[in-house]
Amino acid sequence: MPSPADRVYTDTHEWMKQDGAEVVVGVTQFAVNALSDVTYVALPPVGKKFSASEVFGEVESVKATSELYLPIAGTVSRVNATVQGDPAILNSDPYEAGWLIAIKTDAADMSAFMTATEYDAKNEL
Amino acid sequence: MSSTTPDLQKTCFSDYHRKHGAKMVDFAGWDMPLQYAGIVAEHQHTRQAMSIFDVSHMGRLKISGRESNQLVELVCTRNVGHFAVGRSGYSLICNAAGGVLDDVIVSRFENHWLIVCNASNREKIKAWLDIHRENLNVKVEDETFSTAMVSIQGPKVMEYLDGLLPEPPSAIKRYHFQVQHYLIATFNVFRSGYTGEDGVEIICGKNVAQMAVNFLGRSDSGDTGGLKPAGLGARDTLRLEAGMPLYGHELTEAIDPISAGLEWAVARDKEFIGREALENIRVRGAQQQLVGLEITGQRIARQGTVLSNEKGEPVGVITSGSISPTLGKVIAMAYVEPPIAQIGTRVLADVRGTPTDAAVVALPFYRR
Repeated sequence: MPSPADRVYTDTHEWMKQDGAEVVVGVTQFAVNALSDVTYVALPPVGKKFSASEVFGEVESVKATSELYLPIAGTVSRVNATVQGDPAILNSDPYEAGWLIAIKTDAADMSAFMTATEYDAKNEL
Repeated sequence: MSSTTPDLQKTCFSDYHRKHGAKMVDFAGWDMPLQYAGIVAEHQHTRQAMSIFDVSHMGRLKISGRESNQLVELVCTRNVGHFAVGRSGYSLICNAAGGVLDDVIVSRFENHWLIVCNASNREKIKAWLDIHRENLNVKVEDETFSTAMVSIQGPKVMEYLDGLLPEPPSAIKRYHFQVQHYLIATFNVFRSGYTGEDGVEIICGKNVAQMAVNFLGRSDSGDTGGLKPAGLGARDTLRLEAGMPLYGHELTEAIDPISAGLEWAVARDKEFIGREALENIRVRGAQQQLVGLEITGQRIARQGTVLSNEKGEPVGVITSGSISPTLGKVIAMAYVEPPIAQIGTRVLADVRGTPTDAAVVALPFYRR
């Protein structure tokens, strides 16, 4: 299935979507498929500041632990507590219910990242 | 997605895996299914119903000849010489220092022995048998590539297979096997497994493997009879819950069977390689002991995680860790200093930089 076209993608399999003044961040279906059953999601507290490419959390499955990178600098404005309580949501719906964090950012230049078409082509989806 | 590495060994069931949507991985040079529906779902299906695992990558070594008993007795720590025809048993193969070269299932047939060893150790064990056969009248044949092996595990297996196989497997005692025939096929049914469930392991010739798997899952086209494929991922979490060691994790050449809690598989009334060293360890007491751990929180403490006491001094290291789908907790096996091995002892596991509370618990974590 093609990745949703309404957002941008990174080499490390995060997605970002502009939502008003916020940018919502998550991980791709390709990434969660590679991890298999997600058993644990670690996310930062609201208010925490990050620089671009900093590790902001961790996604863990039975087989592996994977770090999450924030593509752009920003301050955490919201955290998806539901996905932390029920990490399986990440496997079933990584693009909507499985969003991870929202950030406030000054540097939202989305053109530096891959489109859905580019991301899918790169990962042979 | 990544395509298959061409130089990987394929089992007879390669097409079956792909047809069932398996995610394939390189395991000890074999192209093997890691998972189909998902590790947790396959794990739970095995505990609640039944699953079929392709375990054809396991080494199958046939030892025949007039003096085959002597070779098998020499390399196995277990007193397998007492085995009657039709009996199987778990044993270690150790070096002279008592270090574990492999853990194996040894079976006594009418005119030969079969050693089922780990895929990663097959060449090593073949070489070991070659060195120690010396002038004995013994022939060692590697049947890994001429045969196939599946494991069918779960509480519904006996009922299902009793109605399917020519001879009911429920009549086979635990750790025994039976040679069965169906049409042109001859196959061996072993009442054993690596999941903590009841079940069988079946070895058949490569030429009938496809037929056998169609036959076993013959209700596959409509009603699956509850039999579903499970991969190596679930096999690992199932064996961990059952407290069973995995070579490369709980067992290595640096570990002896006494430390691993496998003293029951070390004979005292026969000669074998490693006997003297193991007797010394037994007298002196093991320097470390394999224990089960329950870890607080949801983060998995994986192999290599260091354990420390409340003073921050290292007291052990984790060999396997996972979530337990049955218990809903994070569990691990670890080697610890003997005073720490007491049930209930609290330690700190360094989970990727975060000290995390853990407690020593009894093994196995799960008993059917």
